[in-house]
Amino acid sequence: MSLTDLTLAEARAKLRARQIGAAELTGAFLSAIERLNPRLNAFITVTPEQALAQAREADKALAAGDARPLTGIPLAIKDLFCTAGVRTTAGSKILAPFVPPYESTVTANLLRDGAVFLGKANLDEFAMGSSNMTSAFGGVENPWKRQQDPDAVLVPGGSSGGSAAAVAARLALGATATDTGGSIRQPAAFCGIAGIKPTYGRCSRWGTVAFASSLDQAGPVARTVEDCAILLGSMAGFDPKDSTSADREVPDFAAACARGVKGMRIGVPREYRLDGLSDEIEALWRQGLDWLRDAGAEVVDVSLPHTKHALPTYYIVAPAEASSNLARYDGVRFGLREDGEDLIDLYERTRAAGFGDEVKRRIMIGTYVLSAGYYDAYYLRAQKIRALILKDFTDAFGQVDAIVTPSTPTAAFGQGEKMDDPVAMYLNDVFTVPANLAGIPGLSVPAGLSADGLPLGLQVLGRPFDEESVFAVGAALERAAGFVAKPELVA
Amino acid sequence: MSLDPATVRRIAKLARIRVDDAEVAKLQGELNGILGWIEQLNAVDVEGVEPLTGAAQMSLRMREDVVTDGGMADAVLANAPERAGDFFTVPKVVE
Repeated sequence: MSLTDLTLAEARAKLRARQIGAAELTGAFLSAIERLNPRLNAFITVTPEQALAQAREADKALAAGDARPLTGIPLAIKDLFCTAGVRTTAGSKILAPFVPPYESTVTANLLRDGAVFLGKANLDEFAMGSSNMTSAFGGVENPWKRQQDPDAVLVPGGSSGGSAAAVAARLALGATATDTGGSIRQPAAFCGIAGIKPTYGRCSRWGTVAFASSLDQAGPVARTVEDCAILLGSMAGFDPKDSTSADREVPDFAAACARGVKGMRIGVPREYRLDGLSDEIEALWRQGLDWLRDAGAEVVDVSLPHTKHALPTYYIVAPAEASSNLARYDGVRFGLREDGEDLIDLYERTRAAGFGDEVKRRIMIGTYVLSAGYYDAYYLRAQKIRALILKDFTDAFGQVDAIVTPSTPTAAFGQGEKMDDPVAMYLNDVFTVPANLAGIPGLSVPAGLSADGLPLGLQVLGRPFDEESVFAVGAALERAAGFVAKPELVA
Repeated sequence: MSLDPATVRRIAKLARIRVDDAEVAKLQGELNGILGWIEQLNAVDVEGVEPLTGAAQMSLRMREDVVTDGGMADAVLANAPERAGDFFTVPKVVE
C-alpha cells in the first residue's frame, strides 16, 4: 500500500509507531501534488519548503515521544483561511497579491496540534459557487470520471472544490473547508469523500475571509468519517476573537464514531422528496435508511414544512451579508488597485476589475435587497422565514436524534454545465442550505455510486452542538456502505 | 417587480462597481432572473414571526474595554497597494 493511500487515522498510528517518518510521508504527498496538480488544479499555491520544514519538526517531536493529535499529518488548506506569510487569495483576483501577516484561528489550532500544511486549495471566488468554476485561478478537475464518458471533465463541486479534489485524489490526508450553503458537503459528495459542517460557532471565524458571517462555518473534509472527527477535534474550540464563537468544551468526536446507532431515532423529512429527484438518489436514500434500521435505529417520518423556502431565503440573506462584508475591498488598504480619476472612480474600477461575474451578481443582489424601500420586502421577510426554518428543525429534533437526506440532487456535472443560468446552479444546494440557515451540524458521507460510476453522498443532520450523534450515524452509514471505490485520477 | 436599466445602474453605483452599457443589459437579465425566482417567498405567511438575525443562539459577550492590540503599523501597511510613510494613499479628495 502506498503512503498516500493511508487514511489519516492509519497514517497517525504508523507515525506514532515510528513505522513511517513524517518527512517521508510529506514527501510522498508533495510528489503526488507535483504529478497530478498541473492537471487537477486543486492547489492555487503549493508550499513544499514550509511543508518539509514542518515535517522535520514533526519527526523530532515524534522521536522525543511528544506526539500531538496531528503531528506530521499533511493537510491542504482552503485558500480562504489566512496563513501568516503565505499568500491567501480567496480565489479572487482582488486578493491575488494579499499575504496575511497573521494566522487564522482554525489553522493556528491545526499548527498547534502538529499538522503539516502542503499548500492552499482552490475554491470558488470568495466561496461563492457550487462548481469551483468561479475561481479566478481556474476550475478544478474532479478526479472521478463517468464510466460511459471518461473524457468529460467534471466539476468537483464547490466552493471547497480544491480541498475535496485534493483529498479524493490522495494529494492530502485531509483538508480544511468552509460551508456557507453547502460548500463542504456538496464537494465531499461529488468527490466520494466525507465532510462535516459543524454547528455554527463551533469553529472560530477569525482570520477566515468572510462571505456571509451568520452562515459561514469552517469544517474538515477527509476520506473517512473518523478522519473528519479527528480534524474537527483540532479545528474547533472557543475563540474570544470571534464574537459568535461558542464557549463550549470540544467533545471527543472520534470516540462518537464508534458509538453505533442502536436505539437512535432517525428522521426522514418528507419535504426532501423533491419532484424530479432521480431514482438512483431516491434508492440510495432508502438503502441508507435500511442500513440504519439493520444497525438498530428506528426510522420515523418528520416534517420540515418550510424547507422549500430555504434556498430563495438563502439567496437574500447570503448576498445581503456578502455585499456588506465585501465592501472592504476598496483598492486602498490591501489587494488589487486600479487607478481612477478620483476616489470613487478608483473604488469602482478596482472592484470592476477585481471581482468576477458571480461575486458581482451577489454583491448587487445584496445591495438591492438592503437598499432603502426594499429592506422590509426582501431582507426582513427572509429573516422571518429563517426563523420558521429553524423552528421546523427544533420541532423535528424534539422527536428524532438525527435526520438523514441525500447530500445533493445529482452526481457531479460537467465543467461548463449550468454556467449560463445562476438559478440552476443554485439548486445544487437545495438539500444543504437549510442546515446553514438553522446553524445545525451536517455531514456528508459517501454511500454509493451512480449508474455512471460517480460517487453519491448521504447527509446526516443533527441538533445544535450534537456533532457526536451526527458522527455516530455517519460512521454507521459508512460501515454499512463499505465504500471502497477510487477515482480515476489518483496518486 | 422587475429592475429597469436605470435601477441596475443605481445598484451598481451603490455597490461601487463600474459597469458599462453592454454589461447593464446582461446584468438586468440575470438579476431579474434571480429576483423573479425569489418572489415565491411572498406566498409565505410571516405574520407575527420575529426575524432571526443569525444562527448563533446566544447573547453577545462583553469584554473589558481595553486595548488588546496595536503598534504594528508596518504589518498593517504591508499589503497596501500604495503608501507614503505610515499612511495609505488615495487620489486627492479635497480641493
